[in-house]
Amino acid sequence: MSLDLPILRNGQRLPLREVPDLPIRDFREAILRRVQEGDRLACLCAGFDLQLMAVLADDAGHALRVLRTKLDAPRYPALTPDCPQAHLFEREIAEQTGIVAEGHPWLKPVRFHLPWTGAPDPWNRGGAPIPGVADFYRVEGEEVHEVAVGPVHAGVIEPGHFRFQCHGERVFHLEIALGYQHRGLEKALIGGPHPLSLKQAETAAGDSSIAHAWAYCRLLEGLADVQVPERVDLVRGVALELERAANHVGDLGALSGDVGFLPTASFCGRIRGDWLNLSAEGCGSRLGRDWLRPGGLRQDLEPARAAAMRPRLDRAWADTEDAVELLWGAASVMIRFEAAGRVDPDQAREIGLVGVAARACGLDRDVRRDHPFGPYGTRPLSVAQAESGNVHSRAWVRWLELGESSRFLAAALASLAEREADPRPRPLPPRAPEHLCVSLTEGWRGEVLHLAWTDAQGRFARYKIVDPSFHNWFGLALALRGEQVSDFPLCNKSFNLSYCGHDL
Amino acid sequence: MIHILLSRWRQGYRTLPYPKALPALPDRFRGRPKIHPERCAESYSGACRACAEACPTEAITPGPTGPRLDLGRCLFCPDCVEACPEGAIEYTQEHRLATRDRGDLVWDSTEEYRLATALDGEMKRLFGRSLKLRVVSAGGCNGCEVDVNVLGTLAWDLGRFGIQYVASPRHADGLLLCGPVTKNMALAVRKTYDAIPGPKLVIAVGACAIAGGPFFRQEEQLGGAASVVPVDLFIPGCPPHPLTILDGLLRLLGRIGTNGRDGTTPLDGGETSQK
Repeated sequence: MSLDLPILRNGQRLPLREVPDLPIRDFREAILRRVQEGDRLACLCAGFDLQLMAVLADDAGHALRVLRTKLDAPRYPALTPDCPQAHLFEREIAEQTGIVAEGHPWLKPVRFHLPWTGAPDPWNRGGAPIPGVADFYRVEGEEVHEVAVGPVHAGVIEPGHFRFQCHGERVFHLEIALGYQHRGLEKALIGGPHPLSLKQAETAAGDSSIAHAWAYCRLLEGLADVQVPERVDLVRGVALELERAANHVGDLGALSGDVGFLPTASFCGRIRGDWLNLSAEGCGSRLGRDWLRPGGLRQDLEPARAAAMRPRLDRAWADTEDAVELLWGAASVMIRFEAAGRVDPDQAREIGLVGVAARACGLDRDVRRDHPFGPYGTRPLSVAQAESGNVHSRAWVRWLELGESSRFLAAALASLAEREADPRPRPLPPRAPEHLCVSLTEGWRGEVLHLAWTDAQGRFARYKIVDPSFHNWFGLALALRGEQVSDFPLCNKSFNLSYCGHDL
Repeated sequence: MIHILLSRWRQGYRTLPYPKALPALPDRFRGRPKIHPERCAESYSGACRACAEACPTEAITPGPTGPRLDLGRCLFCPDCVEACPEGAIEYTQEHRLATRDRGDLVWDSTEEYRLATALDGEMKRLFGRSLKLRVVSAGGCNGCEVDVNVLGTLAWDLGRFGIQYVASPRHADGLLLCGPVTKNMALAVRKTYDAIPGPKLVIAVGACAIAGGPFFRQEEQLGGAASVVPVDLFIPGCPPHPLTILDGLLRLLGRIGTNGRDGTTPLDGGETSQK
């Protein structure tokens, strides 16, 4: 079967009628074939009328492809056995709409709620689901024991439940059950945009406010077919890279804390604040709240402000460099980083890892280069890479990215300081009815995907958010295989995934 | 080793002198909002409700003489400021926001804002010099968690005030809660609360934990901490600045004064050893 799927660029709209509507057989086959050829399944979701929609990302070809199918009944043959990337998406589809992927090897709830559509509960639980109550995978045997942790953890951290199947200290298998942070985000966006929609996008994962807000803004701009001025893109780029820098610095500090190397842990805890405060200088909020708006910015970086941020940026970078360089020279740190949390690159590709975790396995993917948005088309960043897929690789990728971000920031602030600020943006023209748009950004964890299609009035008929954590949690489970239980905090920190971004 | 020592020397002493001196806040910081009644009055009597209509969380309600603000619902976004035709609403640099009573968060800015009062009697004796908190995120976006966590870094050094986040509810004197309390977390919150030995405190941090925040209309959440446990301290913001959180905690413990605008003088302790 040869089939030409129309190519879509990041942030470009497409009339729904031009989205290929295939019979389920061809739909499955098209996905499986393209994934075999190297595409990623960036999104698979269901609408409300037994419709499935898929987004395939061809990173090397800089192209996105969407396709859909209309089912006759709420069941279809699962993709997961042939395409492990689909595994969590198919679980999500069953939970949200009651459409069951038959033959799915691991069809369990994701967020513990009943289907939105009023469809019968695929798990026949008879009443409100209880989070964490599912059919956990178990290793049987006299000397095997189970360790259960959470939902509430011993720290300032979001809730999730972890079950380890162990033999002594050695972990055979880790299963992660989330959903405790589920607050109905995607459902809230249906029928939107509402006055709260931007706020809800910003709080999809509050430490990635800019990545999600930007994806949301570009999606609306795409649906309205608006190009924002170059200056707006540049300021958004500054916002996103500041967010990345703050979080990477925090993570490197936390990683050193987890191996008992206190100098870097202490320094980075503070330096992270310096990066957050730079965001606050730009928009008043340390987390970049209310910085972006659809069509433009809520707050510009006027030349004087951009110029004033430069020396602070240089100081933050100098302090960061000083603190982080210590790590690579400390044998006690290196031996722990290198010995823990390896994910096999082939498995990483199969399960569709994104972002830092993917690049640490040698997977060369970064939305900023592959599906450029904002300023990254004209100001490319080099994609950081490591090979080993262990804790060290994930730390090293962060370090390389910190360098790239700070170079980008210095150049961007310098050019913002030379250009006049733009007047306030005009409100967006109406969104095209019955159109679809896919908007990708590269947050500090990885690919953030927002997908929406509109109804006849131009309102969101469906809004889908895929946080990078959604792809990557299973990577953490794989990283734990064969490790010691006591290395869990270190491995977990090296991924530092979002619970609320997953739970939505 | 020499590299570590050199770095230590280069990085310097970086703990903020707070509460002796306030750290600088950025000029765009959105602290406690202020309504200028003289600018608002005429339009308001002419039935202008632009701010209330613009507010995405229904934090602004019409009062008898002017709009009333509910800082518990407020996300500190500029929607109302942009909507007001008279320029009568502005955000100030005032970071002090915490209250003991949910009702005190609802106010029209001509009244005095009733900041949190200190614990008294036995509670003050028990917790005034040592407060151990169990932090639970219950549907939070990790924004409040970030700024709660940051108080533990050397910049803020929460430990010098005798306040510490602990790993078990059995070691805790109170619960610090972020997030609107999702249905999926209600049981865990209740169990954590029950596991803390009494007498105990509950501190709700952020718009979600006070009133559901940006998710207040969603049926998947319960509208804040008070839906599950009794709350002793409300700290508004989305998320609150670390300074706002720390101010609330110290106020509760009676460690900073309540008198006047410069009420940042430490009453006891809170000294930093500047070297």
